[in-house]
Amino acid sequence: MNPDSYLYLSAILFSLGALGVLIRRDAIVVFMCIELMLNAANLAFVTFSRMHGRLDGQIFAFFTMVVAAAEVVVGLAIIITVFRTRRSASVDDANLLKY
Amino acid sequence: MPPSTYAPVAATGVFTLTAWVVALPMIGAAILLLGGKRTNAWGHLLGCLAALGSFALGAVLFFSLLGKPGDARSYDQHVYTWIPVPGFSADAGFHLDQLSMTFVLLITGVGSLIHIYSVGYMAHDDNRRKFFAYLNLFLAAMLVLVLANNYLLLYAGWEGVGLASYLLIGFWQHKPSAAVAAKKAFIVNRVGDVGLSIAVMLMYTTFGGFAFTDVFNKAPGADRDTILGIGLMLLLGACAKSAQFPLQSWLLDAMEGPTPVSALIHAATMVTAGVYLIVRSHVIFDISPNARLLVTIVGAITLMMGAIIGCAKDDIKKALAGSTMSQIGYMVLGAGLGPIGYVFAIMHLVTHGFFKAGLFLGAGSVMHGMNDDVDMRHYGALRKYMPVTYVTFGLGYLAIIGCPPFSGFWSKDKIIEAAFAQGGTSGWVLGCTALLGALITAFYMTRVMLMTFFGEKRWVEDEQGHEAHPHESPKSMTIPMILLAVGSVFAGGLFSIGSSFANWLEPVTGRAEGHSPINTTVLSVITLVAVALGVGYAWRLYGTRTRPVPALAPAGSPLTRAARRDLYGDAFNEAAFMRTGQWLTRLLVYFDLRGVDGVVNGVAAGLGGSSSRFRRLQNGFVRSYALSMFGGAALLIAALLLVKA
Amino acid sequence: MSAALLATQSAATHLLAGPVTSTGGGETFLFWVGASISVLGALGLIFSKKAVHSALCLAGVMICLALFYMAQGAVFLGVVQIVVYTGAIMMLFLFVLMLIGIDAPESLTETIRGQRWAAVLVAVLFGAILIGVFAHAKLGPFAGMDQANAAAGGNVPSLAHLLFARYFWAFEVSSAVLITSALGAMVLAHRERVTARRTQKELAADRFKRYSKDPSVIVTPMPNPGVYAQHNAVDTPALLPDGSIAQLSVNATLRAQGEVRGITPLPVPLPHEAADGDGASPAGANGSGRHEEVGA
Repeated sequence: MNPDSYLYLSAILFSLGALGVLIRRDAIVVFMCIELMLNAANLAFVTFSRMHGRLDGQIFAFFTMVVAAAEVVVGLAIIITVFRTRRSASVDDANLLKY
Repeated sequence: MPPSTYAPVAATGVFTLTAWVVALPMIGAAILLLGGKRTNAWGHLLGCLAALGSFALGAVLFFSLLGKPGDARSYDQHVYTWIPVPGFSADAGFHLDQLSMTFVLLITGVGSLIHIYSVGYMAHDDNRRKFFAYLNLFLAAMLVLVLANNYLLLYAGWEGVGLASYLLIGFWQHKPSAAVAAKKAFIVNRVGDVGLSIAVMLMYTTFGGFAFTDVFNKAPGADRDTILGIGLMLLLGACAKSAQFPLQSWLLDAMEGPTPVSALIHAATMVTAGVYLIVRSHVIFDISPNARLLVTIVGAITLMMGAIIGCAKDDIKKALAGSTMSQIGYMVLGAGLGPIGYVFAIMHLVTHGFFKAGLFLGAGSVMHGMNDDVDMRHYGALRKYMPVTYVTFGLGYLAIIGCPPFSGFWSKDKIIEAAFAQGGTSGWVLGCTALLGALITAFYMTRVMLMTFFGEKRWVEDEQGHEAHPHESPKSMTIPMILLAVGSVFAGGLFSIGSSFANWLEPVTGRAEGHSPINTTVLSVITLVAVALGVGYAWRLYGTRTRPVPALAPAGSPLTRAARRDLYGDAFNEAAFMRTGQWLTRLLVYFDLRGVDGVVNGVAAGLGGSSSRFRRLQNGFVRSYALSMFGGAALLIAALLLVKA
Repeated sequence: MSAALLATQSAATHLLAGPVTSTGGGETFLFWVGASISVLGALGLIFSKKAVHSALCLAGVMICLALFYMAQGAVFLGVVQIVVYTGAIMMLFLFVLMLIGIDAPESLTETIRGQRWAAVLVAVLFGAILIGVFAHAKLGPFAGMDQANAAAGGNVPSLAHLLFARYFWAFEVSSAVLITSALGAMVLAHRERVTARRTQKELAADRFKRYSKDPSVIVTPMPNPGVYAQHNAVDTPALLPDGSIAQLSVNATLRAQGEVRGITPLPVPLPHEAADGDGASPAGANGSGRHEEVGA
C-alpha cells in the first residue's frame, strides 16, 4: 500500500465532514462534523510530515488540536446559550437574516 | 455679337444710391415687424411709401444709366465685408447693370402698385400691418437677389424671398389649407435651394470665389464637366423657384395666399427669379450646350403642362397660376436657347409682369365683388357690373394671348421665332411646342374671360346666406389695375420699336441673330391662326348661348380629369417621396420603440427580474449559505488548478 | 506516564517505516481495517438520527485516527489524540448533548429545497478535486520518521525541541487562545440570577406553610434510598420503622417505571446464636422484615 493512501482517506473524511455540515440540522451534530473535518486535515499533516521526514507537520497538527479544543469550548457554550433562549438547537431556526 | 466680358466699375456718385434701393423696404419691414401693434394705424402707408421710395430711387438710377454709353453701364458697389475670414471672401455688394436695373424697375414698380392695391384689398383684415411688413420684406429680399454681385449674397436673397413667400402664402394661418400650402411651397423650394447651394459650393471650389467677377471671368477656362454640373444645379434651383417641371407642384397651392401676394410674388416677380438666375449665369450656360438643352426641355415641358392644367381649372386663381407656369416655361425656353433667346426671355418676363399682375389684380377685384368666391362656375355676366375690371382684365387677356399690337404679341412671337431659329430637330420640336402652347393659352384664357364676364348669371349665395352683389372695387384697387393695363397694352410695343429693349440688354447677355427656317412674317401669321383657333374653340364651348356653362363641373375626358389633378404631379410626389418618407419614419419609429427602447427597457426589466430571482438565494438558512461558500471554494480551487495545470 | 510513553514508543517502532514507497504488511492491514472503520464511522456520524449515536461514531473515527498517527510514527500525537480529542472534547460534546436534550430524534427530511442534492454534488466534487490533486501531485518517496525522531532521542523530545524553539511564539499565542476560550465559556454559560437565592430558612418556612394547608405534605427530609435496607443502590427502597417499604425514598422516575427493587427477607437467626442473647449477632432478617430488638 502506498502511504499516499492516507491522503486519499483524509480527502474522503474531509468531504464527508463537509457533507455532514451541509445536511444536518442539529447544531451539535454540525459541530461534530466540523471536528471530523479538522481531524481529516490532521491526518494529512501527519502523513506529509512522514513524507518529508520532518516534525513540522506534527507540530501543526498539535496546534490544530489545541485550537480545536478552544473552539469546541466556546462553540458549545454558544449553543447552550442559544438553546436557553430559544429552546431549539436547530440551525434552521436562526433564519431571520433573509430577503 | 461676341458675348460680353464682365468688368464692372466701382460705383460713384448717384450710383451709390443702389444700396438705398434695398435699404428702404428693409427698414420699412424692420419698423413694421419690430414696432408691432403700435404701427397698426399707419403701417400700410409706411409700407407703400417704402416701396414708392425704392421705385423713385430706381427711376433715378435708370435715368442715370441711360445717360451713360452702352458698354459702360456696369457698376459695383461694395457695402460691407460680410464674412471676414482669411482665405474666404464673401462681401455684401451690389451690382447695377442693365439686367439688374430692369428687374429693379419691375420689382419696385409693380410692387408699389400692388402695395397700393393691398391698402384697399386688405382693408378689412386685422393683420394688414403685418401683411405690409411681409410685402416690404419680400421687396427687400428680391432686390438683394437681383442686385447681388456675388452668388452667396444672391443665395441669401433667394432664401429671403422663399421665406417671404412662405409667410405670405400662409398669411391666413387659421386656414389649414393655407398653412399646408405654405409648407409645401417652402419644402419644394428647399429641394431647389439644395441645387443652388451645391452650385455655389462648386463655384467656390472651381473658381475660388463666389463673386460674379470670379465666376464669369474664370468660367471659360474651367473643366467642361464641372461647368455642366454647375449649370445643372443652377437649373435645379431655378426649377423650384420658378415652378418648372419637376418642382412645379407648389405653385397652384400657393394661390391660398391673398390675391395681391399671388399677383406680386407668384406672377410677376419671385417666380421669375429662376429666369434671372439663368440669364445672369449665361456665361456658364453659353459654355455648356448640354445644360442649355436641358433648360429648353424643362421649359418646353412646363409650357405644355401649365397650359393643359390651366384648361381644366374652375378656380380663377388656379387657372391664372397654370398660365403663369406656362408663361414662365416660355421664358425658360427662351433663356435656354442661348444668346439668341436671352433678350426675348427677359422681355417676355417684363411684359408678363405687367399683364399677369393686372390679370391677378382683376381676379382679386372680381373675388372682392363676389364675396371671395373663386369658382368661375358661379360667375357670369359680370361685365355690366364691374366695367373697369372688365376692361383692364380684357386688355391683359388680349396681351397674354398674343393679340397684336398688345405686349404679349411682341415678346412671345420672338420666343417662338428664336425656338425655330435654334435649328436642327430640337428647333422644330421646340418651335412646334411653343406654337401649340400659344394655341392652348388662347383657349384657356378665352375660357376664363367668357366664364367670368359673359354668358348668363350663375351667381349663388355664400355660406352666410349673403347674396352676390358684384360691384366695382374702390379706387385704391382700380387705379393700379388701370396702370398695369397701360403697361399690358404699350410695353411690348415700346420695347420692340427699334429693338430698344434688345439693345439695352445686349451688353449684359450678349445677343446672337438666329436664322429661322420659316420666314418671320409667315411664322407670325401661323401664330395668329393658332391663337384664333384657340379663341374660336373656347367660344364654341363656353360662349354660345345654346350651350350654357354647367353649374356643376361635368366628368370630362381623361385628359380633363388628369388636368384637374395637376397632371398627377401631386399624386406622383406623394407616392414617390411622401409615402417612402412616411414608411421610413414609421420604420425608424418602430426600431426606436422596439429596438432601442426595447434594449434599454429590456435591460432594465432583465435586471429587475433577475434581481428578484436572485434575492431568493438569501433565504436566511445558514446551511444554504454554507453550501454557497463550500461550492464557491470548490470552484475556486478547481479554477486555480486548471490554470496551474 | 513517561514510562508508558516509552513503552508505546518502542512498540510503535515496529510500525515505523524507513524511507519507503510502500508499507509493510502490518501497516497495510491496519490501514485497510482502520480506513473502513473510519469511513463507516463518518457515514454513521452523518446519517444517524440520534445525536448520541453520531457522537459515538465520531469517537470511533478519532480512535482509528489515533492508531494511524501512531502507525506513522507520530506517537505523541496519537496519544494526545486519544487523551485530548476523544477523551476531553468528545466528552464535552456528550455533556452538552445531555444538557440540551438527547431525546428528540432529529427528522432526516430536508426542509430546504434542493439542499441535499446540491450538498452531495458539491461534496463529491470537492472530494474528487482533492483526490485528483493528491493523485496528480508528485509525492516523493516517504522519508519516514526514523531520523527525525532519533534526532533528539525519541518522538517526544524531538517534538519538544521543535515546539519550544522554533514554534515558541505560536505556543504562547495558543495559550492565550485557551485562556480566552475558557473565559468565553464562563461568560457565555453564566446565568445571572435575577431573583435572590432562597435560603434554607425560607424553604423550610414555605414547606410548613404548605403543610398547614395540606396535611399530606411531608415536612421532614425524606430518607435516602436504601436506609435500613440491604443495599444503598438508588433503586433499593428504605425501610420504615415497622419494616415496610418507604415508597417515597425511591426516585419518582424509577417508581413510575416500576424499577423499585424488592427487599430480601433477613435470614432467621440460628437457635444457638439466639440463646446467647448478647453480642453483635449477624443481622438476620425474619421473613416479615419486622424490626426485632437485638439487644437491650
